[in-house]
Amino acid sequence: MSIELKEVTYCYMPGTPYERYALRQVSVSIQDGSFTAIAGHTGSGKSTLVQHLNGLLQPSSGQVLVDGIDLKGSDKEARAAAKAARRRVGMVFQYPEQQLFEETVEKDVAFGPKNQGLDPGLVQGRVEEAMNLVGLDYASFRNRSPFQLSGGQKRRAAIAGVLALHPRYLVLDEPTAGLDPCGREDLIRMIQKLHRDWKLTIVFISHSMEDVARLADSVILMNHGECVIQDDPDTVFSRDDLLQAAGLRPPHIQRLLRKLQAAGVPVQTRAKNIEECLARIREGLKHAQ
Amino acid sequence: MLNNIAIGQYFPGNSILHRLDPRVKLVLLLVYLAEVFVFSNARSYMILGATAGLLIWISGVPFRMVLRSLKPLWWIILFTFIIHLFSHPGTPLWTIGMFTMTWEGVNQGVFISLRLILLILMSSLLTFTTSPLRLTDALESLLNPLKRFGLPAHELAMMMTIALRFIPTLIEETDKIMKAQESRGADFSTGSVLSRLRNMVPVLVPLFLSAFRRADELAMAMEARGYRGGIGRTRMKVLQIGSVDYLAVFLFLLMTAALCMISWAG
Repeated sequence: MSIELKEVTYCYMPGTPYERYALRQVSVSIQDGSFTAIAGHTGSGKSTLVQHLNGLLQPSSGQVLVDGIDLKGSDKEARAAAKAARRRVGMVFQYPEQQLFEETVEKDVAFGPKNQGLDPGLVQGRVEEAMNLVGLDYASFRNRSPFQLSGGQKRRAAIAGVLALHPRYLVLDEPTAGLDPCGREDLIRMIQKLHRDWKLTIVFISHSMEDVARLADSVILMNHGECVIQDDPDTVFSRDDLLQAAGLRPPHIQRLLRKLQAAGVPVQTRAKNIEECLARIREGLKHAQ
Repeated sequence: MLNNIAIGQYFPGNSILHRLDPRVKLVLLLVYLAEVFVFSNARSYMILGATAGLLIWISGVPFRMVLRSLKPLWWIILFTFIIHLFSHPGTPLWTIGMFTMTWEGVNQGVFISLRLILLILMSSLLTFTTSPLRLTDALESLLNPLKRFGLPAHELAMMMTIALRFIPTLIEETDKIMKAQESRGADFSTGSVLSRLRNMVPVLVPLFLSAFRRADELAMAMEARGYRGGIGRTRMKVLQIGSVDYLAVFLFLLMTAALCMISWAG
């Protein structure tokens, strides 16, 4: 069970003077249960890539397989299967709070399940569950207008709207953009909880290498519409050349550990967060004595 | 899904047509359009059509792109053509039931279609060769004399500039919102007209909200940079009539003289 992209190429406005290749021959795979980060600078094709994961964009050439099902169905039966497969991938766009439209939070979260044709009782259950998952207490928030919530709450309401669809895969395009540090931290913890407790496969786009180091177990590095490397974070962060070409830098803790290593302190560079970084330095110093 | 709109698109270039003063272009276009209505005979249309073709060639805009601007109005052209085929009394050509196609009808249909095509082609040629900014500058400059009668020419031009500037932004925004709601199972392409309209609510509410937010932010940014309307405002690039413009007017007058001779003297 996984999402596979096979040599996906995507071209905007083909056959016009504005023709532009956004993706070239991208082959990546997102394993079930993984926490995959997509990194790259603006215009490297990250957003175009994730829009292929649930069939919002169809590749100009190549294949997208969700759990082995090609999203470009060739006949009627295959199209129905593709539609079902697309539903397994929940998509949270950048600034998802800008897509809220209903009078109450409850109605907005219910939009997706209703479109799936679930009966009202089931819809209500899904809404309650999704709202509690994102930390918006169902009883006190259900009748509030989504436009009166704070920025972080709005975003969580919008994410609840996607979670209510019960996706297997959750794709988030820069989920923490524009939030204050507390809001970021809350949101990241919530996403971690979804991954750990709800066994959701997470795919997220991020500019912050710190977040990537902390969260991801697989990194897809994009540059000029091509996937330069897909590997575990340590391997990716050790490829300074690729990161630099893609306009990115390894996270601070990695750079610190590498500098120590270069200065002759025998430290391991594998560290996800500050605590682990400190532990590596202590080990290294003990060794040195 | 919404990026195939050719009307009002500027095609950057450096042809003579691009370099003409936008006011001259605008006035000449208006006169040309009037001439299409005044001189409606076959020989005049040959001259007017040849002029259009020549100008498109000079402009360096790919012919295919200019033709694409006809696409949204294709049905209207076809519809008027067919209506004219059957609605003119005269020598019958062909009869189906109560409808009779006549020679006069065919004649008239071809004329009206040609007229529409010329109008659209030349108008889109103006927007293809003139950046929106220069176009609104021209409008402001042409409307300037009316300021005396209380017409806020500068404000009108500024409103147009802003509106034009935000069309691509709003299209992009619409596209994004539609995709987001589609990911939540919204359906925009099936169902009756009424249900499709109702399905647009999840797109329109966020779109309006963001348009208002953008308007607010833009107003603030303009005020922060000291914008307070047209009074006493100077320009970095002042429109100036040059020798190319005189030449264009002269050639245009020649064409008009030829049209007059063909239509009334011959």
